[in-house]
Amino acid sequence: MSDEIILEARKLTKSFGGFVAVNDVDLRIKRGAIHAIIGPNGAGKTTMFNLLTKFITPTSGQILFNGGDITNKKPAEIANMGVVRSFQISAVFPHLTALENVRLALQRSLGVSYQFWRSKSVLHDLDAKALDQLDQVGLREFAHLRAVELPYGRKRALEIATTLGLEPELMLLDEPTQGMGTEDVGAVTELIGRVREGRTIVMVEHNLGVVAELADTITVLARGEVLAEGPYSEVSKNPQVMEAYMGVSADEEEMA
Amino acid sequence: MSNTTSEIGEFDAEATSPEQKTRSRAAQFVFWGLLLAFLAAAPFFLYPVFVMQLLCFALFAAAFNLLIGFTGLLSFGHAAFFGGAAYIAGHVLKVWGFPPILGIVSGMLFAAALGWVVGALAIRRQGIYFAMITLALAQIVYFFALQMPFTGGEDGLQGIPRGHLLGIFDLNDPFAMYYFVAAIFLVGFLAIYRIIHSPFGQVLQAIRENEPRALSLGYNVDRFKLLAFVLSAALAGLAGSTKAMVFQFASLTDAHWQMSGEVILMTLLGGMGTIFGPVVGAFIVVTLQHVLSGIGSWVQVVIGATFIACVLLFRRGIVGEIARLLRISSL
Repeated sequence: MSDEIILEARKLTKSFGGFVAVNDVDLRIKRGAIHAIIGPNGAGKTTMFNLLTKFITPTSGQILFNGGDITNKKPAEIANMGVVRSFQISAVFPHLTALENVRLALQRSLGVSYQFWRSKSVLHDLDAKALDQLDQVGLREFAHLRAVELPYGRKRALEIATTLGLEPELMLLDEPTQGMGTEDVGAVTELIGRVREGRTIVMVEHNLGVVAELADTITVLARGEVLAEGPYSEVSKNPQVMEAYMGVSADEEEMA
Repeated sequence: MSNTTSEIGEFDAEATSPEQKTRSRAAQFVFWGLLLAFLAAAPFFLYPVFVMQLLCFALFAAAFNLLIGFTGLLSFGHAAFFGGAAYIAGHVLKVWGFPPILGIVSGMLFAAALGWVVGALAIRRQGIYFAMITLALAQIVYFFALQMPFTGGEDGLQGIPRGHLLGIFDLNDPFAMYYFVAAIFLVGFLAIYRIIHSPFGQVLQAIRENEPRALSLGYNVDRFKLLAFVLSAALAGLAGSTKAMVFQFASLTDAHWQMSGEVILMTLLGGMGTIFGPVVGAFIVVTLQHVLSGIGSWVQVVIGATFIACVLLFRRGIVGEIARLLRISSL
């Protein structure tokens, strides 16, 4: 079971005009793993992420989810299949309360979302579950605060609670700790570690500390191509990776 | 879009506490009370046709607000639905001899169908491009209104009969007509209130707040936008049909782009994204037009100056500012 592939990219290529942002990338994500995609600026991480979440269409190549081809699916369709993404900039609904934010993820299951003639009070059936979800990320007491009033780290937690509301099989997190102070980074890292149970997580992340702590497998991208892949201990010693990150080759560094 | 929409309802950072909820309820209660009292008593103090005009524009603005205030879509072509419905209602009442309610429903259905076409084309683009497409399509409707034989061209469609409501009440009686219009307004306004406070309305607000996120939660954003557009167009059509019956006249002014601009002005003045704002805004603009009609085209200058003052002094509109002062999130 643990070796089963949940998400696979085959020869994925994306070019913008003449510029090839992602070039012929193969990627295999194992079910239940936390898989990190790292790389220096401009390596194509965000493009790769947007390809996997279907926010952009590949120039060529294929994406498979649970063995089925999802290359031509729309973002809303794959969300319904259980592939849910987060955003680099914390993606909440700012003027809705924390409870309403989470409830929006749960609302789809009721099948009433197009019913403009019904009272919103039908949604109160979901409040208990939404509160439960908020509890998981430690936000229960802020349920009636509007998202805009929450500090940054808590917005991120709210976003994760919302994503969890969809009960995704596969979560794709775009730089979950970006722009955070050390305290929040710790809290979010701990949170991801806690919610990984029964899920697969793909994350693009800059903070190597977070990656080292969470990721089972790491794919290093550089100039749109896979530079190295493997567990942190292996990848971090790879001379090519060190060169890409530090701008120096391993021997140069040894000499220095 | 997020830049413009994030400013809606940006109140002081404060919790939605139970005490705040009570305050919000009380404020809404007061506004509903004032509105109902006004509806019941107005024709005894004011010229009924003037009040009916107020109500038609208030409904039009409230319908428009459903899009800009609660979905985050700026339509610059709402006059097409308002004016288009006025012509259709006028035609079926006058030429086909439809009874009043059927006439109004016909106008409304036409506006809904037109809204479906315009909406389906416009939601493919966002922001200013969305607004431009709605404007362009509305200009096509205006052109039809000018050229088609049944509209009467420059003269407009005149002599629309009011008829008898349910075959009993003679709507040529100003009071009977007034309460008929007040009832239509109330039904339309309650429908908008319900749409805002429905599961559907909740998703619309999510789209307004953060469209990509709503998409990533699995909502088919385009379908929600289209339905919102059709609903808004239909309700604008309800207002337009009613206005044609009140004045017994459908004219090019109703379908002109200036009318689209006026409804934006009313909504912004009253407070977009608020429940009562468009009504207050429409009352102010229409009243100013009436009171100042003696000074001729200077009315536009006064209204323009009022608008500029409002935008500079209270960005959230009148009702939006009241909500902020009361520290409540919806009014």
